Amino acid sequence: MYTKADLERIAAKRQAWESGTLAKMPPRQSTFSTVSGIPIKDIYTPEDVSGVDFLDDLGFPGEYPFTRGAYAPMNRGRPWTVRQVVGVGTARETNERHKFVMKEGQTGMSNDFDVPTCIGMDSDHPLAAGEVGRVGVAIDSLADMEALYDGISLEKANHSFTINHPTPAILGMFVALAEKQGAALEKISGTTQNDPLKECFAMKMFSFPPRASVKLMMDTWEFAAQHLPKWNITNLNGYPTRDSGGTAWHELGLTFASAIEYFDEADKRGLQIDAIAPQISIMWYVHIDFLEEIAKFRAVRRIWAKLLKERYGAKNPKSWKIRMHAQTGGGVYTYQQPENNIVRGTIGGMAAALGGVQSMAIACFDEALSIPSEKAHRLSIRTQQIIRHESGIADVVDPFAGSYFMEWLTNEIEERTWKVMEDVAGKGGMTRCVESGYVDRMLTQEAYKTSCAIESQEKIVVGVNAYVSEAAEEEPEVFRVSSETEQTQLASLRRLKKERSNPAVRKALDALRNAAEANDNVMPMCVAAAKVYATEGEILDALRSVYGEFKPADVV
Amino acid sequence: MDRKNPIRVLLAKPGLDGHDLGVKMVALTLKDAGMEVIYLGMRQTPDNIVRAAIQEDVDIIGLSNLSASLVPMGQAVMQRLQAEKIEIPVLYGGIILKPDREKLLAAGISETFGPGTMMADIIAAIERLVPADKRL
Repeated sequence: MYTKADLERIAAKRQAWESGTLAKMPPRQSTFSTVSGIPIKDIYTPEDVSGVDFLDDLGFPGEYPFTRGAYAPMNRGRPWTVRQVVGVGTARETNERHKFVMKEGQTGMSNDFDVPTCIGMDSDHPLAAGEVGRVGVAIDSLADMEALYDGISLEKANHSFTINHPTPAILGMFVALAEKQGAALEKISGTTQNDPLKECFAMKMFSFPPRASVKLMMDTWEFAAQHLPKWNITNLNGYPTRDSGGTAWHELGLTFASAIEYFDEADKRGLQIDAIAPQISIMWYVHIDFLEEIAKFRAVRRIWAKLLKERYGAKNPKSWKIRMHAQTGGGVYTYQQPENNIVRGTIGGMAAALGGVQSMAIACFDEALSIPSEKAHRLSIRTQQIIRHESGIADVVDPFAGSYFMEWLTNEIEERTWKVMEDVAGKGGMTRCVESGYVDRMLTQEAYKTSCAIESQEKIVVGVNAYVSEAAEEEPEVFRVSSETEQTQLASLRRLKKERSNPAVRKALDALRNAAEANDNVMPMCVAAAKVYATEGEILDALRSVYGEFKPADVV
Repeated sequence: MDRKNPIRVLLAKPGLDGHDLGVKMVALTLKDAGMEVIYLGMRQTPDNIVRAAIQEDVDIIGLSNLSASLVPMGQAVMQRLQAEKIEIPVLYGGIILKPDREKLLAAGISETFGPGTMMADIIAAIERLVPADKRL
């Protein structure tokens, strides 16, 4: 965009400015960097973006390489969806919460499950004691799924399930419910997270070893391709990778490296890339570095577009464009002075909106303490509404494009991301790198750098290692699930096990085990087992008896 | 600290909680501070933890749990230790609110650490709880 002569003149002027005007006013510290650790200069000029070609590298929103947005009008057309996470206590309580947030103006809904459900254990498992219904809803069987969706039409609503290793069981229950409701499977839309590798190295709610987890995932992909055309079978999730200490490029690179593993396996099953890719969306973390996060979201779209078009030869333009959900980072929030988190959430929400996400959740300000109170929940929704209706951010597409710094930073994150992907590929691919603990060690080292920087006050966290309140802080009111929830859930599970046809359950589980041993697709048998009210733990146990359980490598 | 007799620390995550970043940061920090750290990993039962503490002959135990089973798991570990008549100080880190802290201290936990704890405070607590002459 600039001629060689232009750049030379700019360089000469810049050098003079550095040794003259700037040198008179020393900086407050010797070096500056983004929160991920990219060194930053004083200013950026056309010299830093001399390689950027407007049409090839940026272009127009809704067109390859999608740097400026997945859709042409972006927030001027359909603004991002307010998608706060819901999930609390029993299915019945969550059902009430769903109806509450719908009334408050939320247009999409997510279900978070309690820890035992995420791991694939029933509420009556000895290790589940104290965890049932605490951080999300407990789903033991189809009976709980029925209570969760009571009064909500499956065909009309769009529901998302934050479930990973137990996806065959949970999706099996959902399909069984749809068939019972008489809903047409081809009309049902929704999402399962179903990104199993990151459970093994970041989220840590794993069940199966990495390789088996990908096999089961492919079973669900095949099943969805045949029966659930409107279902987004996998929502890749980079959030826990960032929350486990990774930088922006680890978040991106390891998520894309997982996608490569999944796509390569799907190819072996004969699934066409253009049938899969358009349904994939990605959830990201929003860290506190406003500008770096905007650059990150822009880089994501360009990398995805190149990956799909150039590496996988996808022909459908929908395969090239990635839709994104973003959630402001829990790790950015502090327990100290929790109201400060309202501000952190606002910064993150603005970055996500400017970065062009399709939906977002602003973590509730009491997230560092507990699952959200209703007040905190409402505040997060209102924050999004203020950004959308009052701030002006939603009225223009990709306003940071053309900023020397923003374009340079977008390039920088893209380059570092490709390097992570090459590194993983060189070490045998993502599954291998997860099995060996390589990825876990990589993230742990990054996290330790941050931990030491906070300890030494090189990195300031307001209210934690600086600007600490002198007066003893009042503990804010927190929302706690009553311990009755666990008892209620256990009682209904006991009743279920007595009232259902246990011979039918045993028969269904045997059939499931046989399918797994024969290396068949286990999904039809999971649906069948769900229909006769086999529990999640029973279904997963049948699968674990064939595939084993994951034991993470030692990393510290 | 007496370099010849480094403090031996057992770290473990009882229950199902998968948030292992904090405990790993503590492990690395204590190692850098010259201590010997045995990290048992996650999804540990109270029995596993107490057995490992005996076998590894540690000076102190550090538990980490960021989930709802925080209090019952802490109480269970203390009951197992008391049943074995073992007097090893136990530290507990996690999202520990005031009422939880009181329950844990009452169960015999020596000290608790909430979110945003500085590592220097954990090191100081360990050095206070494990006097130099008791270190093997």
